Formats: sequence, structure tokens, C-alpha cells
Amino acid sequence: MELLVASGVGVLTAVGVYLCLRGRTFPVVLGLSFLSYAVNVFLFATGRLVVGRPPIVDPAAPGYTDPLPQALVLTAIVISFGMTALVVVLALRGFLEAGSDHVDGREPGAEGRR
Amino acid sequence: MNHWIVAPVALPALVAAFIVLAARFDLLLQRTFSIAATAALAAIALGLLLLAADGTPRAYLLGNWPAPFGIVLVLDRLSALMLVLTQLLALAVVLYAASGWDRQGRHFHALFQFQLMGVNGAFLTGDIFNLFVFFEVLLIASYGLFLHGAGAARLVTGFKYVTVNLLASTLFLFAVGTIYAVTGTLNMADLAVKASQVGPEQVGLLRTGVALLLVVFAVKAALVPLHLWLPGTYGVACAPVAALFAIMTKVGAYAILRVHLVVFGGEGSPAAGLVEPWVVPAAVVTLLLGTIGLLAARTVQRLAAFSVVASMGTLLLALAMPGPAATAATLYYLLHSTLAAAALFLLADLVAERRGPVRDTLVAAPAFPQLDLLAGGFLLAAIATAGLPPLSGFLGKLWILDTLRAHPAWPWLWATILGTSLLSLLAFARAGSLLFWKAVAIAPPPAGDPPPRARPVLPLVATGAIVALPVLLAAFAGPIARGLEATAAQLHERTGYVEAVLGPRPLARAAER
Repeated sequence: MELLVASGVGVLTAVGVYLCLRGRTFPVVLGLSFLSYAVNVFLFATGRLVVGRPPIVDPAAPGYTDPLPQALVLTAIVISFGMTALVVVLALRGFLEAGSDHVDGREPGAEGRR
Repeated sequence: MNHWIVAPVALPALVAAFIVLAARFDLLLQRTFSIAATAALAAIALGLLLLAADGTPRAYLLGNWPAPFGIVLVLDRLSALMLVLTQLLALAVVLYAASGWDRQGRHFHALFQFQLMGVNGAFLTGDIFNLFVFFEVLLIASYGLFLHGAGAARLVTGFKYVTVNLLASTLFLFAVGTIYAVTGTLNMADLAVKASQVGPEQVGLLRTGVALLLVVFAVKAALVPLHLWLPGTYGVACAPVAALFAIMTKVGAYAILRVHLVVFGGEGSPAAGLVEPWVVPAAVVTLLLGTIGLLAARTVQRLAAFSVVASMGTLLLALAMPGPAATAATLYYLLHSTLAAAALFLLADLVAERRGPVRDTLVAAPAFPQLDLLAGGFLLAAIATAGLPPLSGFLGKLWILDTLRAHPAWPWLWATILGTSLLSLLAFARAGSLLFWKAVAIAPPPAGDPPPRARPVLPLVATGAIVALPVLLAAFAGPIARGLEATAAQLHERTGYVEAVLGPRPLARAAER
């Protein structure tokens, strides 16, 4: 399971970094989403991987999983969800106002400054 | 527990929500509440500074959950000082914005209060994940403020600004997760204790997490090569917002001080000693690039933006030096550079508004109203920024030069600081002569220009106050320096901070175990 989670985080991060380095706004937004998924899984694993144990007090439980990373992940999900919405709107408005979805606001090779 | 400690976070949060919900359509009401709240915050911050002046750090347990299980706010000399600086700057900025800028888009004042909440929270918090949350609060508010007034340039630059900061936030989470996985705590005081007990097989992981945190804070502090977002952002934001953003780079510097000096910088901490070898060379390059940008800037606002980059170089150079003397010098320069940069941004806008179509572009243009007054203000701000006597920039740089003698490569560092000061002086002299002296030589356009309209006096008062603060900083340098030395001593002593949060003798108990 460690291998699966670790390589999952690794692949998600690699995809996210690659997409963030693209020149158009849409891949960059996707890349940010992939990175936030990667960090959520990573945070989840920081409390160690435990299967089938409760996070809160239960007299019958043989042991517990760390509840704190779950709270952290919840916060991180809320923030990254809101930020993805914002950055999508920003990319759309930028595209409509500047007439190009390139991150520099103009097509590469286009004459003049924006 | 003193409940005033939570007021700098709670008050702007309440006022911002109130403005959005109840005063959405009434600009006058928004202005009244925003200005009144900022003034009240300034009074509270001054009160907290007096409270912290007795030298004991105070912890505030949110919900009265005992540390390290609950979240704590900690008030010590440094956080009180940063609160006062933020509130003074915010008061001037909100007065400036209330004369017209806040009309250019909606929700200026609500976003402004949320921004204050985030900045104040970042200065007060004693929990590293809470620091992340307050960073997010201040960043989200700053996205809104940055886009205030919209326009294609702001939207395109805004996308980059948001993307860079989201990447930094993701990295922040990775760093916090790594540190939590090693130490099992997120409370800063508890981290300071636990960091020294980390087993040898986990030291590498802890150092990785702490180094990642340094990268995150370096993005905020605009350290080369992570500075590229700053000149564009500060160069196109509307003037009061850019002036308020002068505190944002300092949040990064504060976080490096707090986390890398207090939490992980103690003797025996395996994560100590990361800052100096990395930050000193990067700060030198930051200073050089910022100064080159000053020489190349074509508008006054970009000039101000690059002066922020250059001053962050000087600031971080001093910050990376070990010892309380260097920290005290850093704090003095931090106070000075925040105020000087904000003054430049506001002056750039005042000049741009009066010059008509050429705005604040650095070309000769006909004379404009109130030229003498603005020229005087620009002279003071330029002298302060370039570091000429008798203003605070000179004293700050002198103090930093003095502390840099402890570094083995000090002649090179001295040469960099003195050389870049000369170059920035050139840049400001060129800007001043183009804006003001050549304007007098050009005849104003012939008759037919509209009758002079009444100009609001509030922006001039607000800018005047910001320009006057570096003068006061220089005039009262003695008492201020003594206060800053006490602040630096408290910061380096560390046990007071840890005991305020965790109760008596946790460091000693940890050592006995």
C-alpha cells in the first residue's frame, strides 16, 4: 500500500508540475488541480497509513488512526476548491479581455506589447 | 488570558462581514466603518505593543483548549511591533483609498478588512498550520484587491500572481505535512521542543520540510529567483493596494524570522543553519537585480515596485546573519522599507493623477498643480529609499553594514550594498528631475485648459503621514533602536516564548528525558 500511495502522489505531482509549465491558461488550471490532489493524498499519509481504524474515541476499537491529517486535508480541500473556481474565472475573464488564452495575455510572436 | 490579543483578528473579520452583508450598496457607510475599524485596530495594536513591552510573551488559547492540542495566538514584542506597523500603514491606505479609489470596483473595504485579518493573524499565530490558513486569508483578499478596478493588464498579471501563490501554498502544505509526519505536532512552541528530539534517521526528512518552508517564505519575500511575480504585480495594482502590499513581502520575512529562527533555530536543533548559506547569496542577487530594475523602470510605480525588490535584498541579507544584533538591524530596516515603499506608491499615484495623459511615465511633461508639494514629498521618500542621511534609510543601512562585519565575505557585501545605494540614488535622481525639474522648464499648454477643480485633501494628508513616518523613525532612532534590541533579544532567547505556550520548563524537561 505504501508503494501505491507514494507512487500515486508522485505521479499526480509530476503531472501537475508538467501542466503548470504549459503556456495556455487551461492546462495551468488543470495542473494546479492535480497538485492540490497530490498534496491532499500526501497530507492524508502524514498520519501514517492505517486501515479500518476509527479516528475518534471508540471503546471497542483496537487502535486509532490519526485524526489531525484528516482535519488538515478538509481545510486544504476547501481552500483549493475555492481557489480553483477563482482561477478559472480569472482565466476566462483574462481570455475575454485580452483576446488570448496565453498566460502572457498575447499570442507568442504577436507584434507589440500588450 | 488577555482577550485583546484576539481582537486584531476578530475585529476586521466581523467588520468585513458586516460591510458585505449590511452596507453593500452604501459607499459612505462602508468608508465610515472601514476607517473607524482601522483606527480602532491601530489603537488596539498600540495598546498591545505597550502590553508586550514588559518582555513576557503571552499566549491566547482559542476556545481555551490547552496547547499544544488547541490553536494558540502568541503576543510577543515582535508580533506586537508588526501589528503596529501594519495598522499604521493600513490607516493611511484606507484614508487614501476613501477619496475615490474605492469607487472603481465593488467590495474594496470588505476585502481590505479581510486582508488586515489575514496579515494580523499571520503575525499573531503560534501554530504552523494556522499560519498557512492566515496566509490563505491574506492571499485570497489580496487577489480581490489586486483585481480591484480590473482591466486586461490586471487580469493577465492577476492570473500569474494567483498561480504563483497557489503553487507556493501547495508547497507550504507539503512542507507542513512533512514536518508533522516527523514531529507529530504543528504548534510552534511544541515544534521548538520536539525538533531537538528527532531521531537521526528522520533528521533528513525534517530538514527537507524546513527547507521547503524556506522556499515558500522566499516566494512571499520575493527572494531571487522567486521574485519574478512581484514587479509586474506591484507595477499594475491600483496605488493604495500596491502601498498595502508593501507589508506582504514583510510577512514572508517575518515568517522566516519566526519559523527558522525561533522554532527551528535553537542550539541542538537539527534544522538550524539552513538560512544563512542559502539566503545570503540569493539576497545579494536580489539586491543587484532590484537595483538594475530601478534603473530600467519606465514608470514611477514600477520604480517603487523594484525598490521593494531591492529593499527585500538588503533586508534578507541582514536577516540571514546570526545573532540578536543583526536581527535588531533587520527589524529597523523592515520598519523603514515598508513605510518608504508605501510612500513611493502613493506619491506615484498622486503625480500620475495630476500629470494627465502621460500618467507616471518617466518623460518630461508640463508642470502640474501642487508640483512643489509633491516634489518635496518625493525628495523625502527618495532620500529615505536610497539611504542618504539624515533619514531612516541611511541609519538602517549603516546598522546593517555594521552587523555584516561578522560575515567572512563582508567586503563584498559592503561593496554590494554601497554600490547599489549609489545606483538607486541615480535612478531616483533621474526620476525626480524628469518629473519635477524638467516640468518647470516646459511651458504649460496654452489657454483653454479647464478651470482647476478642487482636489481632495485627504490623499495628501494620508501620503504626508506615510512620508513623515520615516522622518520620525530617524528622529527617534535611539529609543526605537533600544526597543528593537529588546525585541531581538527576546526572539533569540526562545525559552520565554516556549514557556508562555507550554508552561514552565518544557525545554529543560525535554533535555532531561
